[in-house]
Amino acid sequence: MMLDARLTGDRPIVDAPAALADSPLAIRGLTVAYGGKPAVTSVDVTFRPGRMSAIIGPNGAGKSTLLKAALGIERPVSGTVTCWGKPLARQLARIAYVPQRASVDWDFPTRALDVVLMGLYRELGLLRRVRPAHRETAMACLSRVGMQDLADRQIGQLSGGQQQRVFLARALAQGADLYLLDEPFAGVDAATEKAIIGVLKSLKSEGRTVIAVHHDLSTVAEYFDRVFLMNTRAIAEGPVATAFTADTLHAAYDGRLASTLPGLSNGTPHAE
Amino acid sequence: MLSDALTLQLGYNAALVAVGAGLLGMAAGAVGTFLFLGKRALVSDAVSHATLPGIALAFMVMVVFGGDGRALPGLLLGAALSAGLGLLCVSWLSARTRLGEDAAIGAVLSVFFGAGVVLLTVIQTLGSGRQAGLETFLLGATAGMVRADALVIAIGGALVLALALLLRRPMLMVAFDPGYATAQGMNVRRIELAMMGLAMAITVVGLKIVGLILIVALLIVPPVAARFWSDRSGVVIALAGGIGGISGYGGAAISATAPGLPTGPIIVLLATAIFALSLLAAPRRGVLAIALRRRKVQA
Repeated sequence: MMLDARLTGDRPIVDAPAALADSPLAIRGLTVAYGGKPAVTSVDVTFRPGRMSAIIGPNGAGKSTLLKAALGIERPVSGTVTCWGKPLARQLARIAYVPQRASVDWDFPTRALDVVLMGLYRELGLLRRVRPAHRETAMACLSRVGMQDLADRQIGQLSGGQQQRVFLARALAQGADLYLLDEPFAGVDAATEKAIIGVLKSLKSEGRTVIAVHHDLSTVAEYFDRVFLMNTRAIAEGPVATAFTADTLHAAYDGRLASTLPGLSNGTPHAE
Repeated sequence: MLSDALTLQLGYNAALVAVGAGLLGMAAGAVGTFLFLGKRALVSDAVSHATLPGIALAFMVMVVFGGDGRALPGLLLGAALSAGLGLLCVSWLSARTRLGEDAAIGAVLSVFFGAGVVLLTVIQTLGSGRQAGLETFLLGATAGMVRADALVIAIGGALVLALALLLRRPMLMVAFDPGYATAQGMNVRRIELAMMGLAMAITVVGLKIVGLILIVALLIVPPVAARFWSDRSGVVIALAGGIGGISGYGGAAISATAPGLPTGPIIVLLATAIFALSLLAAPRRGVLAIALRRRKVQA
């Protein structure tokens, strides 16, 4: 593969594109700007169904912004987002979002179980009463992340890792087909990281799609099937073995990082 | 005398005013909880100050057309229109310019209030002689309130309360996690505007009793006091409604016992007293409870 030539040519490395109608998240020409400064620049990426993909890139690369724009939380300057071949707005019921933990005020007067119940909003609507069946669903989701004993805790009294698991449980309650997670492992304890990756892998084994913004390069190969590297622009997308290499990392991190990662040499995949 | 007032023995009008103020207080406390939890408390301050030019302009228009400049429905309509304009200005400035919401609030509050004061001065120099009473909208006054006014306030308060309860689920979700609410398909901007619209309705309905300067206290003090007592949003909303209701009812009753007792300030003082009690004595989050815990840890 002529990686270098393609990278210097400013063209992203991509696999043969997945069929658009199958892709749970296909982004075309997406540009997002903050105060005139582009955070995401004409990104094209097509995520594969039923896989676990990591979105990787340096700080300020626009990873979270890409996720938010894909969900309609940030308004893009241009570009389209389609999910399973249809516009995003018509597929939101099949998508669950796990925001960054730091994005909310954890002193909010609410219990872990109430947060999970928010995941059932589409079912509850404005006025439907919360019934025992809804509570059971929410409890089952808390159990799945190992939090069933803390359901009645005010969320501010939970540790960071426990808060992250509550967020994941809320997403699970939606019963979605696509899970978008913004740095689910940031600042969590080892037990939580293990619990979360266990749940994500079980989602994948059920045929669901998981896409996560991920920071820890050392766990990419262990946790994910595919990577999407970006630094404002798309750099590479593909299986870990071909898209997560010294070359692509060098391109994404402007050469600041690749040399510090052990086991990476030019053109050699990070993991086999 | 006070017990007469509290048990509605001071006559039909005073009783109606007290009930109206109680309903207004309940609605204000409940609506204020969503503002407080969504960290938008001060937007209501801008909105309430933005009512003043509307009041003055409505007075002028009604006088020009030969009507009674002090007709409450007309004044409230003017207040609502200019408050709505102020709300849109805050919303537009913080969404479409690089100004933060705090700066937008400061700008809108002072510009609208300043314009209102200028218009009031103009009205005074016009010598139509009938402006008497417009300045009572600053701090509220129940003296000279007629039955129809009290009914407007009671019905308005009840209506806002019902709407707030109807929209509580989306408003809480937006207050807690607007990003997630958007991803769930909610129109966050519209829900926030609805929340602000309810606060605006409280302001307009409460103009006569509490006045535009102090209404923000009735929106914010009850939820802040209620937050000390519970970690559950439903309970906080109910408690804030209760605290607001007691303050409104009690304050109106107390001010009815003697001439010259300003209703708005007494309502707010009552709410503040409940806040002070909560701050000190609440079981887990109160100052005393925290001090006791600290001593236990040190011992």
